[in-house]
Amino acid sequence: MNSREKILAAVKKNQPALEALPSLQDIDAIKFDDAREKFKTVLEGIGGTVINANDTSEVVAFVNNHFKEGNRYVTTIATLGGIEQINSNEDAHKLEDVEVAIVNGAFAVAENSAIWITASSLKTRVLPFICQHLVVVLQGVNIVHNMHEGYEKIAGENYDYGVFIAGPSKTADIEQSLVLGAHGPKSMTVFLLP
Amino acid sequence: MTQMDTMNETTHTHAELSEQFNVDEARVNWHDETLWWVRQKRDKAAWTLPEWEQLRETASRIKLNTLSDLNAYLKEFEKNAQKNGIIIHWALDGQEHNAIVHGILQKHGVTQIVKSKSMLTEECHLNHYLAEKGIEVIDTDLGERIVQLAGESPSHIVLPCIHKKKEEIGDLFHEHLGTPVGNADPQFLTNAARLHLREKFLTRRVAITGVNFAIAETGEFVVCTNEGNADMGAHLADVHIACMGIEKIIPQRKHLGVFLRLLARSATGQPITTYSSHFVKPQPGQEMHIVLVDNERSTQLGREDFRSSLKCIRCGACMNTCPVYRRSGGHSYHTAIAGPIGAILAPNLDMKENADLPFASTLCGSCSNVCPVKIDIHTQLYKWRQVITREGYSPASKTTAMKAMATTLSKPALYRSAGKMGRWVIKNMPWLVNNKLNPWYKQREMPAPPKMSFGEWYKKNRKQG
Repeated sequence: MNSREKILAAVKKNQPALEALPSLQDIDAIKFDDAREKFKTVLEGIGGTVINANDTSEVVAFVNNHFKEGNRYVTTIATLGGIEQINSNEDAHKLEDVEVAIVNGAFAVAENSAIWITASSLKTRVLPFICQHLVVVLQGVNIVHNMHEGYEKIAGENYDYGVFIAGPSKTADIEQSLVLGAHGPKSMTVFLLP
Repeated sequence: MTQMDTMNETTHTHAELSEQFNVDEARVNWHDETLWWVRQKRDKAAWTLPEWEQLRETASRIKLNTLSDLNAYLKEFEKNAQKNGIIIHWALDGQEHNAIVHGILQKHGVTQIVKSKSMLTEECHLNHYLAEKGIEVIDTDLGERIVQLAGESPSHIVLPCIHKKKEEIGDLFHEHLGTPVGNADPQFLTNAARLHLREKFLTRRVAITGVNFAIAETGEFVVCTNEGNADMGAHLADVHIACMGIEKIIPQRKHLGVFLRLLARSATGQPITTYSSHFVKPQPGQEMHIVLVDNERSTQLGREDFRSSLKCIRCGACMNTCPVYRRSGGHSYHTAIAGPIGAILAPNLDMKENADLPFASTLCGSCSNVCPVKIDIHTQLYKWRQVITREGYSPASKTTAMKAMATTLSKPALYRSAGKMGRWVIKNMPWLVNNKLNPWYKQREMPAPPKMSFGEWYKKNRKQG
């Protein structure tokens, strides 16, 4: 018997009588009067910034005004004119000098302000981690109340890689002092469209 | 203390190591207060959800279902992960796990790697094994990198260097990373580590990560970090190796909703970790491996009283709340996983070596009350004491005292005279108990003796009534 067979045999021998899988329908999950407002409050509480915007032209204006000139700004959103486009055959290591990355978020969860983003909208998986600052564009209608509703949306979805991102990268490993910008972005700005 | 000391030193018990930790009382108070603050953040986060108890109960039942059908779930996970293009390995024990990882590195001719947090690789002593083979492992979680530079092991599963003061970290960084002497500013030191580790992420071709949850239904696995180090390592490497214990399986993707709502709130009081990354398929051109490790988990599964310890999702809440952990420090547990949960997992790995750990508890039950998957931790600590004593491994001093106690309690006349004697001794010869030979007197003042025993009081008052 190889290790696989030995482990599976030992597990089979020692596992207890079958216990039923509980239904998630019974969970009386929290909902908010205003999911959009809750999302904003929670994200700001964990170090992120939310900007209400009418369309994506405001994103370009913001990036141009807010960050230092001469730095590399990139995006995976095809409709954002005037900003370097990143596609899926980009060498991940060459993104090292990216100052600002702008990507689309699929949906957000109000209870924890996490935004779901998959490989297809990132093009290169490392992008939202390697940039110094992350900007996410989100449709305001795509905010669900809680994680259960979030997973209902992606229950049957086929993604190669997906990530919930909630705020800038952070650590409190040194005496529990919160520092934004551990290995990933030092800031996260969300443009919330109507 | 070096990493090897904490792992292999057999002569130091929890009590002895705690004594070392307790030399500096101000520091112990600081450690205690810091962890209690984290515990309070957990409470606040839990109270924001009216359905918190429902979530705990559901999470517990999902895990119980998983454990009761683990054989089938493991096979389902393997099949789906393979379909996604992931290479699956099975390791009976830590040694085989380490050899598998080393084999992958050899195949790719790699001698330098990055690793994000994985308590499993700590349990298997992977770093030490690879070091002996000439492989350099850089731990990329900031706290883990700090203890690695100090030659120590993590003292907490979520907060690896919670025992360290920022001045010590400043000194370490000055020595190893060349930061200015005396600079102990957390912001500055974190940035120095960011620059130091970014170079490693960009140049290492193999990255190891742990696994928080593995989904049988889809073959994907989820890794949670705040720093983004797991993703930086994995996405910039040619080869991603994810190491997991076989108990990390959950049945379906939608169950992540339950566990991700509980994990970070229980751990640090955050609503969720910054990153919850779902790895399904390798990136184009990348190789992805999963090492499934048993290392006695299947044995624990067969122990009826202790199997539910395998429900653990490694949040660390039981450590933050534990009055013994907070005042004895993680290294006093001399195992990869410290605290109450470590003390019920470790005897399964080596009952003799870890016989002292289930006794390192007041059985107050706070651990069980905060556990997000409702493991009855304090009950299991109590049950391990009985198993350990029955098997003849209980600490010698406790055995002698317990035998004397058993004799006294089983003979009513002896009990009454012993009680009288005790009260007389505390009153008239306090130095007999208030001395260094009596371990109960350490850090304690003996109370004033009562004038009479409850038995005597009851007799007297009953007559009066």
